Formats: sequence, structure tokens, C-alpha cells
Amino acid sequence: MRGMILVARRELAAYFNSYWGWVVIAVILLIDGLLFNAVAMGDKPKYSSEVIEQFFWVSFGCTVIASLPVTMRLFAEEKQTGTMVLLDSAPLSRWQLVGGKYASAMLVMAVLVLSTLYMPALVFVNGKVSYGHIFAGYLGLMLVAAAATGVGTLGSAIARNQIVAFIISALLLAFLVLAWLLAKVTDPPLQDVISYLSFYDRHFRGFGEGKVSSESVVFFLSVAFVSLLGSSRFLAARRWQ
Amino acid sequence: MIEATGLTRYYGDFPALQDASFTIADREIVGLLGLNGAGKSTAMKILAGLLLPSAGTVKVGGVDAVLDPDALRRKIGFLPEEPPLYREMRVREFLQWCGELKGRTRKQVADAMPTVLQTCDLTHVAERVIGELSHGYKKRVGIAQAIIHRPEVVILDEPISGLDPQQIVEMRKVVRSLKEFATVLISSHILSEIEQTCDRILVIHKGKLVAEGSDEELSARGERDRNVALMVRGGEAELRAVLDQASFVERYELAVRDGEGHRELAAKVVLTGDHRKALVNALVQTDLELRELTAASATSDLERVFLKLTSGEEAKA
Repeated sequence: MRGMILVARRELAAYFNSYWGWVVIAVILLIDGLLFNAVAMGDKPKYSSEVIEQFFWVSFGCTVIASLPVTMRLFAEEKQTGTMVLLDSAPLSRWQLVGGKYASAMLVMAVLVLSTLYMPALVFVNGKVSYGHIFAGYLGLMLVAAAATGVGTLGSAIARNQIVAFIISALLLAFLVLAWLLAKVTDPPLQDVISYLSFYDRHFRGFGEGKVSSESVVFFLSVAFVSLLGSSRFLAARRWQ
Repeated sequence: MIEATGLTRYYGDFPALQDASFTIADREIVGLLGLNGAGKSTAMKILAGLLLPSAGTVKVGGVDAVLDPDALRRKIGFLPEEPPLYREMRVREFLQWCGELKGRTRKQVADAMPTVLQTCDLTHVAERVIGELSHGYKKRVGIAQAIIHRPEVVILDEPISGLDPQQIVEMRKVVRSLKEFATVLISSHILSEIEQTCDRILVIHKGKLVAEGSDEELSARGERDRNVALMVRGGEAELRAVLDQASFVERYELAVRDGEGHRELAAKVVLTGDHRKALVNALVQTDLELRELTAASATSDLERVFLKLTSGEEAKA
């Protein structure tokens, strides 16, 4: 546990002692804010719940996209700069290493997601919103962040440099987000499997509407777990390379 | 302290290390000598727990590198050729983090810090950002991170590469000082470095361990004691007779110089082994006046042996 905290602590310092962490958060918040204004608020009058629903739809996309720059450096940068040897030669289990890196990225993602709270808060000014709806939506966003960060961590563990890590993670996440499109052109039983993997259509939409589904909670946590398991296996396999 | 048996490592079909067996005693400084691509770094990475061997076993302080890599890593301090440093961190902060990462408590690392900074001559740059340091200081920070947790074995891969002559001399002192508390394995392709720093040398070539021993032992495999130059006063025929009859003389060349009132004979003699004493005994039993007997070698003995070993002329002794 101590090793995991040490890894996470250094990683967080690297995010926030450089411009990188701040720039990513600022850019994503800017895009999220602009989209909230243009898409969720819009020109026409809407019910508050409809505005919130569209806000979560916009924030879902921003969260998935934000996970890419946040995670691409986790392991790939260490491999690029040669500092991976410090972690490889330390008495840390691969789980501790992956856990520490993941925890730091997840903390950045949590800061990012929670920084958007001012937007639903604005809806309270002229509308009525259920706290339960807000809670469900943010729970969904945190679960999406957990799963997308896990996938990003896996991409970074596989790749030798940050660009490749970004591309691998982007492809995996694009598949998981757009799986519902693919499901439309496939036949059962493959269609059911692909459809089940769809981040938004199958699992997040309910959270955005204020409904918490235990099946989707398990799904997002499973994606995160499997990704981290894969990351630790890839890192352990480096000793065989 | 280190016991490697039949160590073999393949990268795909390429054998980077083949059936290497060696032992290294406690508090010994051992040099791994070989040309670029000989397999030195592969051997060091296996010993540091970074790579698994394709075959063979490694034990460090009784701990099996394959079966218990975490326990092995606690015993090892490793500096790769390029020091692994977080450029944005300050020296003290970085070393504190490394020490704790290697399993020491915050207090243990803080207590060891002054000694380590002093050993590596980093005290005056302890609060500086690593990215701003010169290459030589970065190397020292690299060594400091390898010893901050007081490991039993310190592995240094090419620690002097890229250093200027003054930095090399200082680095040599640092490496020698590590012997006080650790076994040191150091790799280099620079012979003089290995010669001056190490107690014992392992010569590796094309993945195979081709020789091991001290500088003197390896040099003895050379020709220092076989090639001698003689300066004798007396008769040419008498000298020829001595050299022709001596079974330990392989061949010789003779030159005659006429001096003032005497004749000097200069001979370059190749012996079958270190038979200098027998040669002197044979000469003093004649009327010849032996003026001088010196080793004829002009080049480094170890260098000659190394070149011989790495050109495949000589197998492991």
C-alpha cells in the first residue's frame, strides 16, 4: 500500500508541478462549458431535467476524451525517458505500481468531473432539478471516468511512447463508445455482446436520465478492473521481453 | 554474495548471454568487461531483477532472482547506463522518494541522506532541480539513488560513460568507496577503468564468459613474461649457444653493437613461459656479462589479453 501511495504521490506532483495537468483540466472544462451553453442550454426553452440530461451527455464525451491525455503519459513517458527502470527495480508488485498510477490519474479525473458541478448548479437559478438526478449523473460520470482511465492505463502500459499510447487508448475507447453502431450491423449472438459493451447507449444513458443501474455499475467497474489486470500483466511480461 | 549458474538469455533467436556461470564474493568490486553488445547489460539486468533468464539460476545473498524478485530488488541498487532521473524533482526530494520506494522508512532514508550525499559529493547541490545539473552530477545522482537504501549489491552499468577526465577520477573514488558496505558489479568497455577500479574482472564476449580473474591473473595469460629483452656483454657465439640449448627459449633475434672497448649483444627473446629466472641462471653460469633484462612488452598486458579473448583466440581458462 505504501508503495502504491508513493507512486501516486509522485505522479500527482508530475501532473500539477508541470503545466500538463492544469492545461488538460482547463481545456476540457472550456470545451465542456461551451458545449453546455450551446447544446444543453440552447436557444429554445427546455425543461430543467432535459437540460441536465443533455449536460450529462456532453460531459460523458468530455470525460472520455479527457481520459486520453491524462493517462497516456502514465507508463509510456517513463519508458520514453528511461525512468521505468526505477519502478521496475523497486520491490513493488505490478498491482501496486498500476494501482498507484491509476489512483493518481483517477484523482485528476475526479477533480475534472467535479469541477463541472457549477454547470448543473446554474440550472437551479431558473429551474428545478432533482438532487437524485444530479447524483445519478455524477455517479455515472465517475464510473465512466474509472473505466476510461483504466483503458487509458492499459494503452499506456502497452505502448512504448505517449503518441502510440494515445492512439491505442483512443481506438479502444472509440470502440466501446461506438459499439452500439457496430451492434446494429451484426447478428446475434455477437450483436448482444457488442451491444452490451456500449459505454453510452447501453450503460450511461440511464445515469444521465437520473437512473442508477447496478448492472451498469458492475460493467464500468469490470472494464476498469480488467484493464488494470491487463496493464499489470503487460508490465510483468516486460521481464520476458 | 552473487552466484550465477548457467545464465542464458535469448532475445528472440539471438543469444545475448550463453551459459555464464560466476560467483562474486561479499564486498568485492568486480568488473564486467566486454565490447559493445557483448551481453554485459543483459547480465546486469538479470542480476537486478529487470529481466528473467531464459535458462540458469541467479542467487543474490541466497535469494533466487526468478522465484523471489521483490526480495532480490530490496538487496540491489541499480544504475543503468543512462541515469533514470525525474528531471523536475530536486536532488534531496528525489533521493528521499527513491529510498522509500525501495522499502525504507522515511526516517531511515532521512538518516542515510547526509552520508549518501557526501559519498557522491552532492551535498552542495542537494536542493537543486535535477534537470539543471551537469551530466557528471546527474551520474552521481544516479549512483546516489542506487545506494540510498543501503543495498547489499550495487550494480553500475557503464558509470563513467560520457564523463570528462576529472569526473572519471572522482567517479572512481565514489565507486571504490561503495566497497565499504556493498558488493559492486561494474560494467565497462574501457579497460583502464576496469583495471583501476576492480578487484576482479569477468570478460564477456558474444554472450559468453571467456575469462575471469584479477588484473594480474589475466595479464599472466598474456605475453608479458614471455617476451624479454637482453643486453649482454661477451661473445656472440657463446650467447647463441646458451639460447640454442635452452629448452624454454622459443625463438630469439640477436643484434651486435660494438661499443668502446667492448661488444654488446642485444637480444629479443621469446620464452615458452615465464622462465626469466631460468634464463638468468643459464646466463650467469657463462662468462657472459648480463647488463639488462627487461619485459619487451610496450602495450597494456590486459589490453592484449582482452583483444585476444574477444577475437576468439583464447577460450575460458
